[in-house]
Amino acid sequence: MHIMEGFLPAEWSVVWYAFAIPIVIYGAWKTKKLIDREPAMKSLVAVAAGFIFVLSALKLPSVTGSCSHPTGTGVAVVLFGPSITAFLSIIVLLYQALLLAHGGITTLGANTASMGIIGPFVGWLAYRTLKNFNLKAAIFAAAMLADLVTYIVTSIQLALAFPASEGVSGILTSTATFMGVFAITQIPLSIVEGVVAVLLVSYLIEVRSDVLEVVKA
Amino acid sequence: MIRNFLLILFSVALLLVTVQAEEWAGTDEQAEEIISQINPNYEPWFSPIWEPPSGEIESLLFSLQAAIGASLIGYFLGYYRGLKHARNA
Repeated sequence: MHIMEGFLPAEWSVVWYAFAIPIVIYGAWKTKKLIDREPAMKSLVAVAAGFIFVLSALKLPSVTGSCSHPTGTGVAVVLFGPSITAFLSIIVLLYQALLLAHGGITTLGANTASMGIIGPFVGWLAYRTLKNFNLKAAIFAAAMLADLVTYIVTSIQLALAFPASEGVSGILTSTATFMGVFAITQIPLSIVEGVVAVLLVSYLIEVRSDVLEVVKA
Repeated sequence: MIRNFLLILFSVALLLVTVQAEEWAGTDEQAEEIISQINPNYEPWFSPIWEPPSGEIESLLFSLQAAIGASLIGYFLGYYRGLKHARNA
């Protein structure tokens, strides 16, 4: 799940905000440009955002005996690429930070970096690599990796702020510890997310013929 | 259709392979514990501006979030299907 309010030291808060904000602004600008150019895409953007809303609201039990929620960014990244996904993610993260005390304002930059930017970006790379071989496998990989990598990044972010000891080895030790919580819990959830994302995109392709061109582009 | 149903069933089964668990804490809670072990002196320097007054209200707002998302998806999938139907008619 997201990094809790106040749990990143101020300097790391600033670092992750500085990383995330320009990409989110670029994403907002790209979203506007897309909708102006192709008004028919507006409702697809809404569907992709809806998928992030639903999936990141579901705290699911996992094999580790703890609960976490998927991210839902896979559909957005397959349809529109990483920068628009970053913009859509920050809307959900703001909702959760302000209304649910889940995540937080001081950790918003870091959470946007993991869930909105780096995770989806890795998913998108996998998608680009695989889509010409097998579209469904590519969508599955995109959604699964976008989810899983989000929590690997969360673990690294926490490890950078809370190294177990001095130097690189302390950061690595802490990363392993945090991944033991976040990443392991997330493995089954990300597989489920991959399956659900494939079902949704397949259905979109079935009912809207232009979606196939969008995902193949 | 049957294949989709089996996929969903498989997804649910994957979540239910959870026999040995004792408590179902959130991973963020567990991360808090780890942080307090690594750095016992760390105090969160900012607390949420507003917190849901109770667990019930929190689950209300989480349900609302899911409902907003599901409404968007359901509305437009139905709309696309209707459009396709009208075109073929």
